[in-house]
Amino acid sequence: MDMLEQDEEVIREFLVESHENLSRLDQEIVELEKHPKHAALLASIFRTIHTIKGSCGFLSFTILEKITHQAESILSQLRDGKRDLNPQIVSLILETVDATRKMLASIEATGREGSDSFDDLTERLRGEAQGTGIAEKPVEKPAEKQIEKQADAPSIPVGEPVRTPAGTPTQAAPQTNQPPEQPDESAPVAHPESSAVADANIRVGVGLLDKLMDLVGELVLTRNQILQFNAEREDAALNATSQRLNLITTELQEGVMKTRMQPIGVVWNKLPRVVRDMAVALGKQIRLELDGTGTELDRTIIEAISDPLVHLVRNSCGHGIERPDVRIRAGKAPQGTLTLRAYHEGGQVNIEIGDDGAGIDVGRVKRKAIEKGLIRSDYADKMSDREALNLVFQAGFSTSEIITNVSGRGVGMDVVKSHIEKIGGVVDMFSRPGEGTTVKLKIPLTLAIIPGLLISSGGELFVIPQVSLIELIRIERDSLDKHIEHVHQTPVYRRRGSLLPIAYLNQVLGLKTDENAEAVNIVVLQAEDRQFGLVVDGIYDTQEIVVKPLGKQLKGLSVYAGATIMGDGRVALILDVLGVGQSSGVLVDSREQGRNIAEKKLQNEVERQRLLLFRAGSFERLAVPLTLVARLEEFPKSSIERAGGREVVQYRDHILPLVNLQAVLESGEPQRELDDPAQVIVFNDLDRSVGLVVEQILDIVEEAVTVRQKTNRNGLLGSGVVGSQVADFLDLNYVIRGDWFGGNSGSANGKRILVAEASPFSRGLIRSGLEMAGYHVIEAANLAETIHGLEQHPVDIVAAALGLPPDGCAGLHGAMRRRPEWNHIPILALADSADQMQTPSGPGIFADCQPKFDREAMLESLLRLASALAPAELPALVGEEK
Amino acid sequence: MATETTSIRTGMAQTSGQYSTFFVADLFFGVDVVRVQEVLRFQQMTRVPKAPEVIEGLINLRGQIVMAIDMRRRLGLPPRSGDQDPMNIVVRTEDGAVSLLVDEIGDVLDVDAATWERPPENLDRATREIICGVYKMKDQLLLVLDAERTVDLVAGNAA
Repeated sequence: MDMLEQDEEVIREFLVESHENLSRLDQEIVELEKHPKHAALLASIFRTIHTIKGSCGFLSFTILEKITHQAESILSQLRDGKRDLNPQIVSLILETVDATRKMLASIEATGREGSDSFDDLTERLRGEAQGTGIAEKPVEKPAEKQIEKQADAPSIPVGEPVRTPAGTPTQAAPQTNQPPEQPDESAPVAHPESSAVADANIRVGVGLLDKLMDLVGELVLTRNQILQFNAEREDAALNATSQRLNLITTELQEGVMKTRMQPIGVVWNKLPRVVRDMAVALGKQIRLELDGTGTELDRTIIEAISDPLVHLVRNSCGHGIERPDVRIRAGKAPQGTLTLRAYHEGGQVNIEIGDDGAGIDVGRVKRKAIEKGLIRSDYADKMSDREALNLVFQAGFSTSEIITNVSGRGVGMDVVKSHIEKIGGVVDMFSRPGEGTTVKLKIPLTLAIIPGLLISSGGELFVIPQVSLIELIRIERDSLDKHIEHVHQTPVYRRRGSLLPIAYLNQVLGLKTDENAEAVNIVVLQAEDRQFGLVVDGIYDTQEIVVKPLGKQLKGLSVYAGATIMGDGRVALILDVLGVGQSSGVLVDSREQGRNIAEKKLQNEVERQRLLLFRAGSFERLAVPLTLVARLEEFPKSSIERAGGREVVQYRDHILPLVNLQAVLESGEPQRELDDPAQVIVFNDLDRSVGLVVEQILDIVEEAVTVRQKTNRNGLLGSGVVGSQVADFLDLNYVIRGDWFGGNSGSANGKRILVAEASPFSRGLIRSGLEMAGYHVIEAANLAETIHGLEQHPVDIVAAALGLPPDGCAGLHGAMRRRPEWNHIPILALADSADQMQTPSGPGIFADCQPKFDREAMLESLLRLASALAPAELPALVGEEK
Repeated sequence: MATETTSIRTGMAQTSGQYSTFFVADLFFGVDVVRVQEVLRFQQMTRVPKAPEVIEGLINLRGQIVMAIDMRRRLGLPPRSGDQDPMNIVVRTEDGAVSLLVDEIGDVLDVDAATWERPPENLDRATREIICGVYKMKDQLLLVLDAERTVDLVAGNAA
């Protein structure tokens, strides 16, 4: 399928090119007739025909190739002065052009040359080329040449029955007088069809596109200036105009960017050949699969990744995929598969080069690294496999043992890595012994215009590329010592339970520190796969910036990636996050790596749900699932009373207890005065409710939540990225624990639920919801933990994710049914979303299935399951069910 | 090596006639007029921390980012007095436009090739390094600035 698409792409290009060439050819041939000795014209015509012939051979259009081959021979003779041009030759060539056009039309329409084999034309052309076909012209050529040619002749039409050999000369003769007639017959058919491709495309010089891109860059800057100017004054007309300018510029920018986009297939096209040659040279069988050939990238990036890609492919062929005999012994198919995938993801392009070969022997890599003095042997033992694999990317890791002389053409993996990083990309490697190796490249779509965060340090303005940005942290100066600690003089910040190394930008750059700042701003950045916090003086907004390279004299400064011009016309330097990290020393320590990999795994679990965003205390963005929220209310401060030592409000004939969220989250700090009116989120559970007092309701969003990290802080479940900003997820259970009227003896009568779900984050949310309803919850992340949990605790119901590792609910069911004491425990399957829900099947792997974030449905279902379990409790429960 | 390059420059210097002139402290410089893109008043500048000292900063020249080199530092001279703003003389080099920060801009002068001489041997090193000749004007010596060498901070001992 892919090969076909790829061919189509090539054929399309061939058609476009040929159409252009042909229209020029018509003119040139006519011109040539007037100036038969014009060498440049002849050469140009020859080249055109030659190009078409060459492409036909490559694309195996045999008839077209044959015709153009003969025409080329004649032209070659003309060019070399071996014969003179006469009208007959001109007509013949024009006829060739028309035949070519007709075939191109057919190729465009059907993908084939069509039924007409043009035997007659071929014959006449051959006759002319050999100088033998023309009856009235005596042959003037040297005898041996003629013999030689005739000896060659039979080899050309192999397998092609020549139908009208006798008629050839006679038909050729009258042709002289009426050259345009025959072409014209085909013309009306051929032209409208053939122009379809040609009309839809024009060729534009790359230089012009680059110039356009530069101009758009300037326009973006000017736009930014106008927007800033507009913000400073209140002029409705200017405002409207600048809004329009803003929109148009954005569209124009996208449009021009698109013109520079090329499918990655442009680079991939040469890979089949590379793989084939490697396979033959190494005696291997390798199948190449290309997936996502149409994925588009900016042409500058296409150029930059071409060499690294070829190198990675050679690597995979060279030492990834084994010889057929080795593969058979390992129980694999003799033919190895090399898969290249390209796809867009989050504004970037991912390219994966994967083989099903032997994988990388981590032990061997470690030994080699110790041998080369890259790591100490005691450290090698502590290294994770992932860390060890990444040694391959280190400079000086000459893996003569691993890279064969065929694959390692002087370029090491470190060069691949540095090439990719130079364009802002990331290289990652995964390998499983015996199963293969996958190298994953993450590449930005374009280099020219990027979003960046404006920050200041030592009075200067800098830009940090947004790709590297993870989150922003603000610490008040007075509590600074509490938050930033020192390990051997190295500052670290405790971020949700894990240590984040800290660098001070003004120290890195040798700028003055602002001692009087009331707060410290930390920008958490990601470089390669590690994170660090960069302390800056001020954080401003994000902007689309145009990256301009720095002069040669400043290229050596690794801390800068370039410069840009701000809205006010000032120049700002763009920080190179990796360079800053390295020069501050925070990225030398590779121990961080292991943990960040774990974090990354968490990041990849993407869940969609509706969230309510709000603000309380120093927490700018807090989130709770909307399914837990009953209502949003405002209460005038005067209506808030105190009862039983706590704040309450009369609400719908009930007394609603209020919880001040700021006080709970910042329990050590002075409690803030309530706003008037107080913003309250009302949580309901059957007959009980509680109001959570927050400072401001921000938004309701439906989002795929990227879970960043679980936190150990009381009151928070963890944080995630919501709407491209970080938000902390509230642990409702903690926050309103014990605040229900009637305590914790909820409707569920303390039933025990085991929640089996791989994502700690989802688990936390589910737990929170269930505990609010009065269930006791035991958590498990996978099958093994579930079994352990069942062994340790009496469990009434198991709520398990459909996709529970390792083999889902079905696996869990199988395991539970092997133990008679667990036979009666019902399983409530949890689907990721409503559309993934499954109905309970037959004797049932699970008793019911509900979306995991639909708390109401889940609770109902649990009630049903619980009541089926213990009918005695039923009457009390049913009455309360909504 | 050095003499070879000098002789090549010699030819260049002798054939071209017009020089944009400027002052740095008491030194009188000229740069080939075709190399000069424009002359500007002092511009707002963005400092480049960690860059060589001679690089005063980056200026925005109608959307083009241009590096500014302080000629006083480049020549190892004491800094300008506080109230004196330098002028920008933007020259075209192989690596794009570079702005030279000078004390004062002089006239565009026609020079007589006959008055050309190689830089005096006893000139201090920092100055000798970036000039390629001297014109003996009536009341002053005009030092011919070699723009390429002036902006080449790697080879020269810039800092």
